[in-house]
This record gives sequence, C-alpha cells and structure tokens, in this order.
Amino acid sequence: MAGFRVERSTKESRWFAVVLLLVLLALATLPYWGGPGDMRLVSEMAYYLALAQLWNLLAGYAGLVSVGQQAFVGLGAYAMFYLASQFNIHPLIALALTAPITAAISVPMALTMFRLRGAYFAIGTWVLAETFSLGVSLIEPLGAGSGMSLTPAIMMQIAPDRDGRDLVLYWLSLAIVAAVCAIVYLLLRSRHGLALTAIRDSEVASDSLGVDTFRTKLVIYVVTAACTGVIGGFIFLQKLRLSPEAGFSVNDWTVVVIFMVVIGGIGTLEGPVIGMLVYFGLRELLADYGTWYLILLGAVAVAIMLTAQEGLWGLVARRFNLHLVSVRRHLIR
Amino acid sequence: MDWLNILIQGGLLGGLYALFAIGLALSFGIMRLVNIAHGDFIVLSAYIALWAIQATGISTLASLVIVVPLMFAFGYALQRGLLNFTLSGGLLSPLLVTFGISVIIQNVLLQVFGADIRRLHAGAIETASVAFGGIAVGAYPLLVFAVAVIAIAGLQFLFYRTTLGRAFRATSDDAGTAELLGIDNRHLYAMAMAIAMVFTALAGVLMAIRTTFDPAAGPIRLIFAFEAVIIGGLGSLWGMLLGGMVLGIAQAVGAALSPTWQILAGHIAFLIVLVIRPSGLFPHTRD
Repeated sequence: MAGFRVERSTKESRWFAVVLLLVLLALATLPYWGGPGDMRLVSEMAYYLALAQLWNLLAGYAGLVSVGQQAFVGLGAYAMFYLASQFNIHPLIALALTAPITAAISVPMALTMFRLRGAYFAIGTWVLAETFSLGVSLIEPLGAGSGMSLTPAIMMQIAPDRDGRDLVLYWLSLAIVAAVCAIVYLLLRSRHGLALTAIRDSEVASDSLGVDTFRTKLVIYVVTAACTGVIGGFIFLQKLRLSPEAGFSVNDWTVVVIFMVVIGGIGTLEGPVIGMLVYFGLRELLADYGTWYLILLGAVAVAIMLTAQEGLWGLVARRFNLHLVSVRRHLIR
Repeated sequence: MDWLNILIQGGLLGGLYALFAIGLALSFGIMRLVNIAHGDFIVLSAYIALWAIQATGISTLASLVIVVPLMFAFGYALQRGLLNFTLSGGLLSPLLVTFGISVIIQNVLLQVFGADIRRLHAGAIETASVAFGGIAVGAYPLLVFAVAVIAIAGLQFLFYRTTLGRAFRATSDDAGTAELLGIDNRHLYAMAMAIAMVFTALAGVLMAIRTTFDPAAGPIRLIFAFEAVIIGGLGSLWGMLLGGMVLGIAQAVGAALSPTWQILAGHIAFLIVLVIRPSGLFPHTRD
C-alpha cells in the first residue's frame, strides 16, 4: 500500500483559506471606510452566520434537528443581563461567562430531550424553549414579563462614548463569527468530526462500528448551546433591551436560521455562508413586500428540500467537484 | 369542590387536545411523518370555516359540511403531490418541508385574513350548561369531549375492523413488505393524510368556537397536540385521549393558580412525564 497518503486539504481549500483571511481583514477595516449602517448590517450577518453554522452542526452533522435553539439565545442573553446588572460584572466578562452557564443548563436539557427520537426531538426542544420563555416571564429579578435593559452606566464600561462602543461591538461580532466557524471546523476535523460524519450518514451503522453516538451527540449539543448562548448575549448587548418574547423568539433565532442552512446546503460548511448571503440578499430586495417575502422563503425552502436536498452549495460542489472548506480525507497516490 | 370542578373542566378540555393530537399521531404512526405544519392546518380549517360562514351564511357547526371535505381533498393532494416525495429522504426532508409549509400557511392567512383575532360563534350551546350533582358543566366542552371519544372509537373501528385499516397497520409495521403484497403505498399514505385532515378540520372548527385564533395561532396547537401524544404514549389511540386529559388538567390547575401559569403548567407536566416515563403513560409502539 506504499505510495498512498491521506490529505486533509485541497488546492482550492488552501486558496480559499487565504481569501477568507483577506475578507475578514477587509471587514475588520470597514469602520474606517464604511458607514454605521454597513457596520450594523455586517454585524447582523456575522451573528446570523454563526447561528447558522451552529444549527448546521447540530442538524446537518449530529442529526439533532432542533427547533429550540432560541432557548440558548434567550438564556445567554438573560445570563449576560443579569450578571452585568445585578453583580456589576463588566459586560464583556459577563458575555464570556454565558458560555459555561448555558453549557451547564444544556446538559440536563440534552438528557431529557435525547429521549425523544428524530422529529419529535425537534418539537420537544421547541416546548423546552417555550417553557423557558414562560418561566422567565414569571421571575421578578429577571424583569418578569416586561424584561430588562442595560443602563448607560453598564455600557460605559465597554467604552465611554457611543462610537467607541459601536467599534468594539462590531469587532466583537467578527471575532465571534470567526471563533464559531473555527470551533465548528476544528470539531469536524477532530475525532468527533469523523464520528459525526458517520452518524450523519447512518446512525445505526456508526453505532455498530463502535461510535459512541450518545456521547458524540451530547458533546455537540453542549458545545452548540454554549456558543449559541454567547451569540445570544452578544445580540442583546447590541440591542440593550431584552424581553422574554424577543429573547426566546422562535422566528428570529431559529426559523430564519433553518431557512439559511436549508437553502445554502445542509451538512456542509460552505452551505450556511451561501444561505446567509441569499437570505440577506432576498431581504434587501423584498423588504417592502412583507408577508409575501416569508411566503417566498418558505416556498424556496420546500422546493430545495424536494429537488436539491444538498442545497445551493451542494449543487455547485457536485457540478464542479469543489470543496472550499475541507474537512474530508482525500486519498492521494 | 373547587378542585373537583377544575379537574372536570381540565379533563373536558383534554377532549379538544385529543382531537388536536389525532392528525399528528396518524401521520406519524402510518408514514413516520412528523408534520410541523399540523397546528397551522388546524388554524387553516378554522379560517376555511370562517370564510364558509361569511360567504354562505350557514351556521358554524354546519360549516363542517364544507370544511371537512375540503380538508380531506387538501390532505390527499398534499400527501400525493408533495409529501410522498419527502419520505425516502430520511428524517430531515419531511421535517423541513412541513416546516416550510407551516411558514407559508401562516403568512398566506395573514395576507388574506389580516392579523385580527377571530372567533366563531355557535349560538346558545356556547353558554348552556348541564348540572351534575352540585357542579355545572358546560354543554359545549361536554360535546367536544364526546366528539373526541367518538372520533377515537371510530379510528379504532377503522384500524381493526376495515380493509383500509388493515392496510394502514401493515404499512405502519413494514412499508416495503406491504407494498410487495400489493398495497399501493402512495395512495395509502394520501388516504392516511386525508383522514388525518378530517380530524384536523373537526378540531379546527371546534377549537374556533371555544377559543380565539389568529394566523400565528398554529404552532402552540402543534405543541399541545404533541404534548398530548407524548404524554399518552406513541401509538396508543386511547392514550391520546388520556394524554390530552392530563394536559388539560395540568393547564386547568395552572390557570387556577394564576393565568400566566396555564400553558407553563402544561409544558411542565409534559417534561415530568418525559423524565419519569419517556415512553408515555400508555405506550403501545416504539418508533
């Protein structure tokens, strides 16, 4: 068998890494050549891409189709607000602390929800998110039904003036999306990644080959929860105002994200990026059409699931045999 | 006395939840399809009834004559023309297609009927009550409960006494073998969805008399249906009714404590059952 070697990267994936780095650098300098509107849009695209990558990891690789990721967005946001306003913790440290907090909460959630098989898991996670939403609206220290706000005094800790805060939060959004993409990428290239790809293709087969599917799924669920919690904290750090309906909104934090992943291509790392771009493109184009826009989005998702399950990126990848982000192993002679 | 009253009202509410659950459980039991749009089909049925009443001036309960056949045909066409093509692609495909349909229905309803909160009126029966000992029980909740019992008895007859029911059970056990023995699964699945829609239509109209609805009211009905199914135990017909009753009682107890607790108490009951008895209180099959 001499003369064979396993390669993890391809020529195009190495080129793409360079392109990616350049794009990130260009975006990092945006505050110096773009307006505040551009910064807001890019920052929103960044956290949606991060949410999409995480949902894709969960559904596309681990087979855990969750309709309840808004639970972690809301929990992360509430944890951040509570720590910052009750204990006077610096908001950015509070943001970092949301990761262990949401991770800890996600473990018993996973142990309960994993009892539900397949699609019932999806609805179960949704019920859990609703439970948190209703539960939080009963808790007085968390502002009950009316929610919480971050006071100017708290925000001053980030930077004394508004422009400075905008700059910090903008860079933070880029850092978060870069970190989340890196975590997903490294996770998929690790031992867990190999196990995950096997589970994605056949859970029964991978189980019988000795993959600990339960443990692998648990790890993915908890990592995803921690990252989603931080993103949730970040989103509402930008918004300054948090209510149960906004924090635990299924439409804003899960439905939209599912559309992105499905349209772009589920089970690939490139797919969520394409899906996110398509989503924001359609939104800019069709913003004036209100409900018709959502009807169209639903129809596109249905059409893609029926005709091209691998999504837009899948079509491109198959047509040109192109893999820009390589998590596979290639056998080279 | 007060608590007995709560138990009875909650238990009767469970009849409506059992009706919600039937459509969801049928499509899952026969074709392993979890229909995320189920709640939206319930609300769609209510809107079709609203439209039929406004267009023809018939009474609310009589509108069932229009709503039920329409939903039957809609269910058949939907399954045959769309959902059948998702069944070979694993779990994700049917889930995300019905998810897309859910968003489409909500927004089409919003576009056509607007965001107003609606309600259907059924006349005197809404406020009539029957006295049992010292407790006055609403005639309408009693009627809904009776409909649920008859619906489940009817399903039991369908499944265990008819040729169609035998074919359903055969396909549910092993779709491949059933097809080898001459069953046309495409038609059978379409029939299953059509029948599921009959119960969904019934549930939608009966719900619309009891509570208000709006275009976004579907998802919470899906959740109630789902909770009733899981509490009762997958694959159990009468379990659905009991699951619905447990959910209804939990909500009634919650509501007695404080209105904000009503739905939360139902969720908590569901989670407790899931932790203690993950296969439900009356399990029949495992998926």
